[in-house]
Amino acid sequence: MKFNNIIIGGGLSGLTCGIKLAEQGKKCAIVSSGQSAIHFFSGSFDLLSKVDGQEVKNPLEAMKTLPDSHPYQRVGVENIARLAVEAPQFLNRAGLQFLGQADQNHFVLTPMGIMKPTWLTLDDFTRFEPKDTFPWKKAVILNFSGFLDFHSLFVQDGLKKFDVDAQIKNFAMKEFEAIRRNPSEMRSTNIAKVFDQGEDALNEFAEKVNLLSEGFELVILPAVFGLFNKNVVTDLKSKINKPLVLLPVIPPSVPGIRSQILLRKRFEALGGTYFLGDNVEEGTFENKRLVSIQTNNHGDIKLEADQFVLAGGSFYSKGIVAARNKLYEPIFGLDIDGDTVSDKWLDEKFFNDQPYMHYGLKTDSDFRVLMNGQPIENLYAAGSVLGGANALKEGSGAGISLLTSLHVAEQILK
Amino acid sequence: MKKEITEPLNISENNFEQCVKCTICTVYCPVLEVNPDYPGPKQSGPDGERLRLKDPNFFDESLKLCLNCKRCEIACPHGVKIGDIIQMARIKYSKKKPKLRDMILANTDIVGTVASTFAPIVNPIVALKPVRRVMDAVLKIDHHRMFPEYTGMRFETWYRKYAEKKQSDFKKHVSYFHGCYVNYNFPQLGKDLIKIMNAAGYGVHLLEKEKCCGVALISNGLIKQATKQAKHNVEAFKKSIVEKNMPVISTSSTCIFTIRDEYPHLLGVKNEEIRDESELATRFLFRLIDLGKLKLVFKENYKKRIAYHTPCHMEKLGWSVYSTTLLKMIPGIDFMSLESRCCGIAGTYGFKKENYETSQGIGKPLFNQIDCSNVDFVATDCETCKWQIEMSTTKKVEHPISILAEALDVEATMKLWQE
Repeated sequence: MKFNNIIIGGGLSGLTCGIKLAEQGKKCAIVSSGQSAIHFFSGSFDLLSKVDGQEVKNPLEAMKTLPDSHPYQRVGVENIARLAVEAPQFLNRAGLQFLGQADQNHFVLTPMGIMKPTWLTLDDFTRFEPKDTFPWKKAVILNFSGFLDFHSLFVQDGLKKFDVDAQIKNFAMKEFEAIRRNPSEMRSTNIAKVFDQGEDALNEFAEKVNLLSEGFELVILPAVFGLFNKNVVTDLKSKINKPLVLLPVIPPSVPGIRSQILLRKRFEALGGTYFLGDNVEEGTFENKRLVSIQTNNHGDIKLEADQFVLAGGSFYSKGIVAARNKLYEPIFGLDIDGDTVSDKWLDEKFFNDQPYMHYGLKTDSDFRVLMNGQPIENLYAAGSVLGGANALKEGSGAGISLLTSLHVAEQILK
Repeated sequence: MKKEITEPLNISENNFEQCVKCTICTVYCPVLEVNPDYPGPKQSGPDGERLRLKDPNFFDESLKLCLNCKRCEIACPHGVKIGDIIQMARIKYSKKKPKLRDMILANTDIVGTVASTFAPIVNPIVALKPVRRVMDAVLKIDHHRMFPEYTGMRFETWYRKYAEKKQSDFKKHVSYFHGCYVNYNFPQLGKDLIKIMNAAGYGVHLLEKEKCCGVALISNGLIKQATKQAKHNVEAFKKSIVEKNMPVISTSSTCIFTIRDEYPHLLGVKNEEIRDESELATRFLFRLIDLGKLKLVFKENYKKRIAYHTPCHMEKLGWSVYSTTLLKMIPGIDFMSLESRCCGIAGTYGFKKENYETSQGIGKPLFNQIDCSNVDFVATDCETCKWQIEMSTTKKVEHPISILAEALDVEATMKLWQE
């Protein structure tokens, strides 16, 4: 089966790369072993939130202090600045409205009730400009009875620091009695499906919210709206007669799954082929080029392309695997940038900057991977598999995924 | 180039330990969405497995509500065989004995043989409303369901009478696993397959004796019988593939999925020798075209607007791309893909009275999309999806092979390799 480009990995990085290439007329395929980490999406993409433990105000400025081995430095800060403007437009074309700027972080309220700096926020959620003020003084936090994945007490506690008088109210609706019969299934997505199906439930819900929020300035709700039907959030906001702040809940993330669906649809509408639930088993190389890959589902019918991108994530997604005393890349056996001695992988203090978090594939200046020290001419790496950054400590995971993928797509299109 | 692989230690065959509790599978379970009595794939699969290993009494009979669609496995980011874990638990721990109704539904070839022998009598009788009411009351087979019509002349009989002789005229050969549906209900699909394969230069042969793949036996708990039939089929496939060097093709996505994957995973019947060369006809044809060994020529005047529905087992196999690519090769086809969703029938599941509502609830979004689609008909590779869609929408359903056969210019195609 022949394509212009094949991307291994179907998450934020793989989809970004695939869409960008397909937008330029390339015939692309994405091979994804299962659903991606976008299902855990908080609603915001971070570019750079912390450097050396200090909160970052201007990510583009702060980026300049990062080590040369950092993916942002390797893409080049000027390129990052340009691609960071392109990214929200790119997402917008897929039907996802994101707001924010790369030279000035804004803040979002987390489910722990604290303010966190970030770059782009989906329009479901509320952006706060100064960190220390909260525009409302009296808020009601509403939750569905039996829904355990939204911890309203944390939010209430957090809001106290802003001198907000927040009250918690739980309520029940007959539409949820069926799901509640099964205690493990009163989940965000199952609640969202009820609202997806018809306007009646949403109308009744909005009426209830309006009643319960009498005397308050603000309504806070868990973000469980609009899974397959993206209009639910807008409808809800128009039906509630007060400002509404949605807060992310424990995964699966409803806005995240919606984002994944819209990105995949965009990719497919551009003519892309998305293979879900398939695993790449090995590749055929000729003269330092990857000619074709073999997958579990397609067996002897190999997938061929001119260029390939490895965007299958890091340790969590098995893009890199740690065995007892070695690290390896499980598909092709590519070179890894990381300590060979397992004693050095971990810092014994859990919250310290863990060395293994920086590990990734070795790549040349064009982001082409290496095998036995030699670059593979048409196999690129993008996203978290690159290494060189501790995305958790820095708050840079989504930025690295989005921007290195756009950059790699540009290298291929050159 | 040899890559390094280290297999993880202490992982069970069904790898339930690799579940990280992310709950993504529950989002894509079609049953959970409409029937909360089902505990869902995570709870029924890896979570429940932990408990069942401790004490089999933790087995929950509501696991029978699982459709075995495998959509949880496709969604799982960590490759946990959730569907297999659930089906194995039913096989190992269920204490419920199959009812008479389950045996009737599961024994597709015994029932098929009897019914097709008396087809002129059976067909009108089972279609009668009062008869369906009685079957509903006595057997708990839902009265909304129409049994697929039985044919007066079985495919095998037709083949021996009219097609067999000509097959030795060809240089290349394949065997055809027709399955119960083609044999007892819809021989035309088998005839269409022979038409295409002959045009492509292949003689089509039957296996020495094929038995029902056993999918309905497995889902109805008749495991001993399913295992016996699986062993028989693997031997029959071996005779064709290993001894005669003839690959086996089929037109039923569920039969082929069962033979390739469920035999080793659920029944413990080994099939390594035959697995790679047992596949769907559309995949076989796609490979030949992809390698430049075959070109199909289509009629100029064939014009249709069609929508393709991906059956669950086709989604699991990852093979719908073969059928859709072939269909898109027909110049006069205006093609659209339906969203990949379960239609709700899941073989015999939807025939059972207690599952009727769940079954129709699951399929509803698909039915709506089909009814709004403004197509001439729907294309799909699964016979039970066909029954479900035809019963629940205004559209007729055709198999991709039948569509290809109708659009194919046989003479022009044959000329290309005869020259």
